[in-house]
Amino acid sequence: MNTPVLMSLLIFIVLIFIIGFWSSRQMSRRQGSFLHEYFLGSRELGGFILAMTMVATYGSASSFLGGPGAAYTQGLGWVLLAMSQVATGYFVLLILGKKFAIMARKYDAVTLIDFLKKRYESKAVVLISAASIIIFLFSAMAAQWVGGAYLIESLTGLTYTSALFIFAVAVLIYVIIGGFRAVVVTDTVQGVVMFFGTIIILIGTIIAGGGITNIMNDLVAENPNLVTPFGHDGGLTPAYVSSFWILVGVGVVALPQVAVRAMSYKNAKAMHRALIVGTIVVGVIMLGMHLIGVFARPILPGLEVADQVMPLITMEVLPPWLAGIVLAAPLAAIMSTVDSLLLLVSSAVVKDVYINYIKPEATEKQVKRASFSVTAVLGVLVFALALSPPDLLIWLNLFAFGGLEAAFIWPLIFGLYWQRGNKWGALASMITGVTSYIIIHQFFPNPLGMHSVVLPILISFASYIIAVLLTDKHERQIAV
Amino acid sequence: MDDKKEPKMEDPRFKIANREAIIGVALVVFNFLWWYGFAYGLGSGPVEEYSYILGLPAWFFYSCVLGLAVMIILVIIIVKGFLKEVSFEDDWGQKK
Repeated sequence: MNTPVLMSLLIFIVLIFIIGFWSSRQMSRRQGSFLHEYFLGSRELGGFILAMTMVATYGSASSFLGGPGAAYTQGLGWVLLAMSQVATGYFVLLILGKKFAIMARKYDAVTLIDFLKKRYESKAVVLISAASIIIFLFSAMAAQWVGGAYLIESLTGLTYTSALFIFAVAVLIYVIIGGFRAVVVTDTVQGVVMFFGTIIILIGTIIAGGGITNIMNDLVAENPNLVTPFGHDGGLTPAYVSSFWILVGVGVVALPQVAVRAMSYKNAKAMHRALIVGTIVVGVIMLGMHLIGVFARPILPGLEVADQVMPLITMEVLPPWLAGIVLAAPLAAIMSTVDSLLLLVSSAVVKDVYINYIKPEATEKQVKRASFSVTAVLGVLVFALALSPPDLLIWLNLFAFGGLEAAFIWPLIFGLYWQRGNKWGALASMITGVTSYIIIHQFFPNPLGMHSVVLPILISFASYIIAVLLTDKHERQIAV
Repeated sequence: MDDKKEPKMEDPRFKIANREAIIGVALVVFNFLWWYGFAYGLGSGPVEEYSYILGLPAWFFYSCVLGLAVMIILVIIIVKGFLKEVSFEDDWGQKK
């Protein structure tokens, strides 16, 4: 692989380290609690940073590699599907919104589980939540590492193992030093790189294809289905495409890595700003990246691995030095996703299990040491798993997001907006949601032509309400 | 949301928060209808009869490109015109 590409990647990683050190110095100067600072950045995020960190966390390997790959195969129908994600730009912040921000402060909550713990006052809710987060996010994270290593491998020509090693060392040093604040600050850098990178590659691709009209004509000539909303073989039905509004649109509210950001901003002004910036950035990145996948088809016909379309088209249409800078973006996306997942899983272990139930009297110093070591141990474990990803892991990753949504969406939403909501509702909803999702995903995929996540979300909705109605009287008597 | 049976007074900030959550739901419903209506309303016919805008099929242009622009403008209008500033700290409403 050529030197300019490597150079800019290297510069990028060094830049990340510098930001990490800087952030951690900020941290040691601050007087506040270590937990707040390490896992939450002391609730001081401004609007622009909040928007970028949400975008970068959400825009993972799947949207930078898998998404354009699918668009390459399916045509404009997949871009249509991807546009359901624009909703995340405004929906998450408006729904969780000010209520979540106020409640999180009132409860002194640092993670999603903190919130659920204080809201429902139930050990079972906390333990089930922590288990869901540890299992689902851990596997989602390992798959991201595999993606990151593949990318480094294809850019540098190193072996998979060395690529994975480089990736792991960079991520670990970074997360351990910096904590949440460092992660968000780089998220911002990465979000900006992704945003402009998308625009630059899109323009380059359109020029290389001889204009949009030309590209469309080529696509129609190859297969007219590519310009319809129904996918290359007519297989994308309206019901299936629409159900992605649940999986990657509104359901995203319930992802712990997204929810934690919705409690970390400074004030209402920051939230308002993030709404606007977030909608613009998510919209442009989603539209642009997936369009690139489609437009690349006439330029690079017959790719064997469609997921490679993004790196390949970038190196095809841009001068090498620019390609290097822009290709830092997918790497950035993967790294920042991994960073925040790592942080979340370790917060689930340290805060939600260790401090809550194992050693409530732990001192600040012990908490600090526990956080660092858990993060490091997790990193090593993920590395070991990613070396030869077991089948189970891939299977788990495929439905990690759906599982988290089925588990958390109603306990979170009802917890915020329904005063009568109680722990029985939360438990019923989490258990039925996760179980039915696993069963449907495994044995009856895509029922009624919709994505497997839709029915479990409805089932967990009903369970929550039924359980609350059944136990409401009893709970109120206790309360009085 | 003004049930007086609750012993605790409803935090006045929650009224604002609830209203904004409803705005969020309304926005997403509108977004979905726009997206669905143009995509399948204009895109279901035979490909030969497609019309093109800026080189893109009309269904795609209206549903995804214009749709995104409309959503961005709507979000800006709502943020500037309808969202209220509130303090997130606990002492809200009490003179310090």
